[in-house]
Order: sequence, then structure tokens, then C-alpha cells
Amino acid sequence: MGLAKRIIPCLDVDNGRVVKGVKFVDIRDAGDPVEIARRYDREGADEITFLDITATHHNRETMAHVVEQVAGEVFIPLTVGGGIRTLEDIRRMLNAGADKVGINSAAVFNPEFVRGAAQRFGSQCIVVAIDAKKISRPAEENRWEIFTHGGRKSTGIDAVFWAKKMVDYGAGEILLTSMDRDGTREGFDLPLTRAISTAVSVPVIASGGVGNLDHLADGIIEGKADAVLAASIFHFADYSILQAKERMASRGIEVRLP
Amino acid sequence: MSSVAVIDYGMGNLHSIAKALQYAAPEVKVQIASDADAILRADRVVFPGVGAIRDCMQALNESGLSAVIQNVAKTKPLLGICLGMQALLTDSEENDQTECLGIVSGHVVHFPESSKDSDGNILKIPHMGWNQVHQLKHPLWDNIPQDSRFYFVHSYYARPDVVSVVAATTDYPDAFACALAQDNIFAVQFHPEKSQTAGLQLLKNFLHWDGQV
Repeated sequence: MGLAKRIIPCLDVDNGRVVKGVKFVDIRDAGDPVEIARRYDREGADEITFLDITATHHNRETMAHVVEQVAGEVFIPLTVGGGIRTLEDIRRMLNAGADKVGINSAAVFNPEFVRGAAQRFGSQCIVVAIDAKKISRPAEENRWEIFTHGGRKSTGIDAVFWAKKMVDYGAGEILLTSMDRDGTREGFDLPLTRAISTAVSVPVIASGGVGNLDHLADGIIEGKADAVLAASIFHFADYSILQAKERMASRGIEVRLP
Repeated sequence: MSSVAVIDYGMGNLHSIAKALQYAAPEVKVQIASDADAILRADRVVFPGVGAIRDCMQALNESGLSAVIQNVAKTKPLLGICLGMQALLTDSEENDQTECLGIVSGHVVHFPESSKDSDGNILKIPHMGWNQVHQLKHPLWDNIPQDSRFYFVHSYYARPDVVSVVAATTDYPDAFACALAQDNIFAVQFHPEKSQTAGLQLLKNFLHWDGQV
């Protein structure tokens, strides 16, 4: 027995409400973030991630209040991502009760920001979020590139190269999202997950595409991820976190059961 | 009403710890304190910390809080958490060998690079997530089931000189000391404030502990 693989429900938050879009459009309202976080905690979530999907200044303040409320009654690690661009943004979220922050576009535009953030706050709280999309053709060897702006803009940066670079700059963890799979419910991009997870020394969270409980187990077993993140399958109560853990345990994965 | 001071020296998320302490024991007065008098007046003291050890020691030495912690270590129940645990030892490998407080004799060392887990996969560093804690007898484990999981995030761990101070071990991949106990001092590498039920129970036990073993 040893370290458990983690299940991390993700709450996409817009203006203080949890929403979930399919490929960033078609947004459905899924409820109050504090209430949902409470439920996930009871069901045995290992961490909770809040993603600010619009990342306006006003939204950031709303998010800080949500985190503050959750942190007062839910005692598991909390991560906040979306719109984290300055050291002040990080400080604000940590003071509100977040344990980690996810840095995405800001890392692409200014890698030194990651270095500065890790030096100031410690690598343990710096999660670099990578949105990757497959660019190789079917017959070619797999290649993925980093995309920004919700998957709309290519950067020309190789995803494996980028993940390694971010770890060198001080990322304590990588949150890897497949833009091809996000919102599709077809399962993780397993070759992508495995390529990144075996290339870096820090934990990797697989994200994007979970549609059923076996997808979660596949991410760990075949994708070699250290943690799996999912949003919609938990929000609409298709499955509970406990069911997810039981399925993972039945496939031989070590999980934390209540 | 008993009181607990959480030492504020600019390292770490003190609000999480303060909130968890208050939740674990609503009857206790919880205070975040950077001032020596306030810390020394409290019945119990929590010494948290995250980040790099050199910054931590520098902040403690410059603020004079090193001497305050030395004093607390001799006089009242003290709980070190994460970097607050590591700082209690003699020295740390981190940042090219950093001298620490020397309250518990021993060293802080890095996990071996390129170790493998039982499935042959590379062991990730930092050690991050929920791992099992194998308890040895101590009142702070009261009402916590043996081998309960706690939340860890660290790349260095304590290697005490004397085995009798080890209060619990965790495997990653080899067993390491994840909790230390020495007289009125208890220290943990994991984060009780982020370890749900088991963590809250540990904090509650600390807030009712008289410092005796």
C-alpha cells in the first residue's frame, strides 16, 4: 500500500455559478459552487479544482469569495485556475484559502512568471495547466502542441517539451487537458497523457474527455497519470465520487476510500 | 478558554490552518501571531510553513522568532507542520545545506531521484497526495484509525538521529518518518488542515493535549 491515485472534481465557475460547457460553448448551469464542493468532499473527493472560465476582474473577486467560503468548511486541498496572471492574483487566491493555483496562458506568454511564482510561493502551489491538441497526421508519430484561448490559438510549442520546461521553471504539478477530447465524453487522450506523465518528474493530472468511470481508471493505468480530473460526470450526478473510486479500486488502483 | 497561536513569519497559508483549528475545536481561541508576546502567552503553538527552508530560516532568524520557538519547545505543546516540522531538525540538504533550529536532532534529506514504485514507474517528486500513516503510540493519534490517509506535499523528509522520536512512518517507496514526537513537541510532514476527518481529529487532539506522552 502507498500513495493513492487522486480523483479531482473540477468546478467551472462563471460569475459565482458552476457551469459546464462542451468544447467551451453550450454552457449549462450546474449549481452553487459551495454546495457542490461540500457534496464532493462528503463523497470522498481528494481535492477540488475551481476553474474561472471567464476570468474577468469581477469574476476573480467572486471566485475568491467562493474559495473563502469553501475553505472554511471543506478541509481538503483546493486549487484555483483561470485568469491567474500576476503574483498578486496568486497571493489573493492563497489568502482566500486556495492551496494551489493553476497557471495557463500566462505561462505561455511569460514563462518567467512561473519561475517567479514558484520562488515566491513554493513549487507545491504552482500547477501549470497545459492545453494540448494533436497535430500529427494519422500515419505519423504522435505530436501535440500547446494551444491557448480555450483551444483556439496554436502556439507552435511541442507539448512534451513544454511540460519539461515548466517543471524546470518550478511547476510542482502539471494539469494536462486534451483539447481534442475536452467535453466529448470519449475518454482521455491516453497516448498524450502517457507521453507527458513519463517525461516529467512531477505529478500529472489527466483532464478532458471523461464520459464514464472506466475512462478514469484508463487514465491511471494506461495514461500513467497520478490524478484524474473530471467535471460534468460528477456535476449532473451521473456518478458519485465514491462510485468512481470503487470502480478504480476494482481495477487494481490504490485509492483513498472513506 | 484555552488558546492556540499559529506562528506567522510570512511562510505559508495560515488561514487554512487557523480555519481548520477553529473548526476542530470551536471552544478554543485561535490566533495568528507574529508577535513574541502573543505567541508566548498562548497555551499551545502551531508552527506551520511551506516553501523553501532557507527563506524560512532567514525569516525566523531576522524576526527573532527562532528564539521564541526555542522557548516554546521547552515550555508548551508545540505542533510543527510540513516545513515547520523540517525546521525543527538540525539541518536540511535543501538550498545547499541549511542550518535549522536543532530542537530535534537529525537531518532533512531529499527523496532519492529516479526511484521506482512497485509497478516500475518513476516515483514522482514531490510526494503529493493521500498516503497512509502508520502510527506509533502517542496521544495525538487518539480516535484516528491506524494507517489512515493524510495529505502530503513535499520533496524533503526528516531523518532523525534517534529512532525513539519517530511517531509515525509512511512508505514512499521506503518508510520515512512522517511524524516526530519529543516531549511536548509533535511534528508532522503531512497537512492535517487538508486531511479531512483524520486531520481535523489530529488537530482536535493537539488542542486538548497537555504535552505529556
